[in-house]
Amino acid sequence: MPFQIAGLTRRSTLTAGALAAFASLLGSRLAFADEKAVMAEIKKLYGDKPLGEGKIKLDVPEIAENGLVVPVNVEVESPMTEADYVKAVHIYADGNPQPGIVSYSFTPACGKASAATRMRLAQTQNIVCVAEMSNGALHMAKANVKVTIGGCGG
Amino acid sequence: MVSRREFLQATAAAAAIAAASGLGPLGRAAAQQKLAQSDILRFDPLGTLTILHVTDIHAQLMPLHFREPSINLGVGPARGQPPHLVDAEFRAHFKIAAGSADAFALTSDDFVALAKTYGRMGGLDRVATLVKAVRAERGDDKVLLLDGGDTWQGSWSSLQTKGQDMVDVMSALKTDAMVGHWEFTLGAERVKEIAESAPFAFLAQNIRDREWNEPVFPPRKVFEKGGVKVAVIGQALPRTAIANPRWMFPDWEFGIREEEIQKQVDEARAEGAAAVVLLSHNGFDVDKKLASRVKGLDIILTAHTHDAMPGLIRVGDTVLVGSGSHGKFVSRLDIAIKDGKLADIRFKLMPVFSDAIAPDADMAALISKVRAPYAADLAKEIGRTDSLLYRRGNFNGTFDDLICEAMLEQRDAEIALSPGFRWGGTLLPGDAITWEAITNATAMTYPNCYRNEMTGAQLKEILEDVADNIFHPDPYFQGGGDMVRIGGMGYAIDVGKPMGSRISGLTHLKSGQPIDAARKYVVAGWASVNEGTQGPPIWDVVRNHVAARKTVSIRPNDAVKVSGA
Repeated sequence: MPFQIAGLTRRSTLTAGALAAFASLLGSRLAFADEKAVMAEIKKLYGDKPLGEGKIKLDVPEIAENGLVVPVNVEVESPMTEADYVKAVHIYADGNPQPGIVSYSFTPACGKASAATRMRLAQTQNIVCVAEMSNGALHMAKANVKVTIGGCGG
Repeated sequence: MVSRREFLQATAAAAAIAAASGLGPLGRAAAQQKLAQSDILRFDPLGTLTILHVTDIHAQLMPLHFREPSINLGVGPARGQPPHLVDAEFRAHFKIAAGSADAFALTSDDFVALAKTYGRMGGLDRVATLVKAVRAERGDDKVLLLDGGDTWQGSWSSLQTKGQDMVDVMSALKTDAMVGHWEFTLGAERVKEIAESAPFAFLAQNIRDREWNEPVFPPRKVFEKGGVKVAVIGQALPRTAIANPRWMFPDWEFGIREEEIQKQVDEARAEGAAAVVLLSHNGFDVDKKLASRVKGLDIILTAHTHDAMPGLIRVGDTVLVGSGSHGKFVSRLDIAIKDGKLADIRFKLMPVFSDAIAPDADMAALISKVRAPYAADLAKEIGRTDSLLYRRGNFNGTFDDLICEAMLEQRDAEIALSPGFRWGGTLLPGDAITWEAITNATAMTYPNCYRNEMTGAQLKEILEDVADNIFHPDPYFQGGGDMVRIGGMGYAIDVGKPMGSRISGLTHLKSGQPIDAARKYVVAGWASVNEGTQGPPIWDVVRNHVAARKTVSIRPNDAVKVSGA
């Protein structure tokens, strides 16, 4: 199992249901991060290294059933040997006040590079995952999660 | 892009032979030909296995009118494709003559005139007659009866008995398996209680408990019929926890779980299933996308979106079936198996014309029995209608207009919001508005009619959000029913635009003034998914309004301006 390193802040901005009509996410006045803020976080860790595609399987729901606890599963393709393994996985959300969700470190002893957690999402946004391989290569994957008001289901 | 080859398999006898030739009112009389029970049942049998499918009955035990939508827009790849066709386009696509019995059953224009010719549809005693006839013809051991869900909700008696009336009737019908959506609004405990004791299987591969991620219900069941192993995989509405109150089943998670469906298919094949069926409550467009991505599904029996189609829709090697709603139709699929694989399918959407089909005596007696405690209340006339009252349509329905009008007046509100539910019967001009008619459009477990304030900006955000649930070009991101209905406010919608920019021109109808984003408006609405919502049940609000009016007239609603379709 991977262990979770002292995390980046996971902060929620879910405002209390403002409207009785719907499980509402409306009415928030907090400042949200954006794609640039996520890229800035990645740059802090890895500078201008290129971000490749592939290798990462990022599994998030298309629509969050509960914005307070949205499941995220990530698995990175790797033999996980001394010569070739996944060193770290970082997950970001580009629509929360703080973009960092969680970072995981792995060793070859982990056997496979997979992790699952739950995150709070304030609004519809992209989840970005970056994997650092033992040879220094970086991979990135992105998925959109919709956070919607409830009700009105036919 | 995966190709979406679609074709229509010719349907058997019930489909009118005449092509859609634009018959005018004079031609209509000639086309009008009532079907007899034998016409409805006529079928050239195939193979050794028959699947019967009913879905979205919404607890309608008795025959009723249900008008199909006159606006049913498809977006993205679904645009202009069945089932997103209405009236003349629908008839042209499926080769149905205007004015025919099928035209009445499947399209909306000329509904009032045709209703007088063809009468009500549905009634589970009539459905029982069809099911028994097919079983008698094929042999009990060759017929599988599957229910696509939304069966235990939608009537006063089902609400009062917590679904027991429907469970009794569907058990007597010898249903083999079902899936769920509105069922879950009876609460997790009640659903588990029924699922564990009912004689039919309650299947759901996509419901997991939050803590351990374990399946709450069996994901699939293998049946042996006509010497053929058939695997039925159950799929509940993936968006139940968003569309309906999550607090009623707080420990469950849903989702589409496409990869898990693939696993179920592969396991079923490994166990020797010659045919694999997805009994789905995804909704048609979601199932169409799913069919292009999951391999090895022979048949998807669709539900949720209430689409009735007299032909199969093919996506790759999978066929999709749309069996309508409210007991109006029973789908029959005869299946031939060769070398352990599905070789051929023959399909017919059997319309349940209640005047043509003799009620099954045993089922009629059971229905009378379960309705008896409520029969006197249900028959009570509250008022009458001068107008056609119907529910379906993307943006409004006259029955919803009546509900919104009731909320505006009874709750002294400036604006009323009513959810875009697809269930509830249709009343013809001159019909009595009975307690049954009111509760058929309102009976559910979170009926409180709230009254509070919302700003103009909040109202716009609600409309944007609901619109995205319907008009997101990727069906996997769609969540809801039809558009929320609005009383007292008009708006314009461009369905082709992205989230956040579809809605404009919000207008307060009474004053003719634009809606002020910063101003607070008094809003009444019902069916809130929030726990503890305060207010009288919506059926009392509607009853009081109808009783006060005595006769209801609904003017044509042109408050929603639609573009981009």
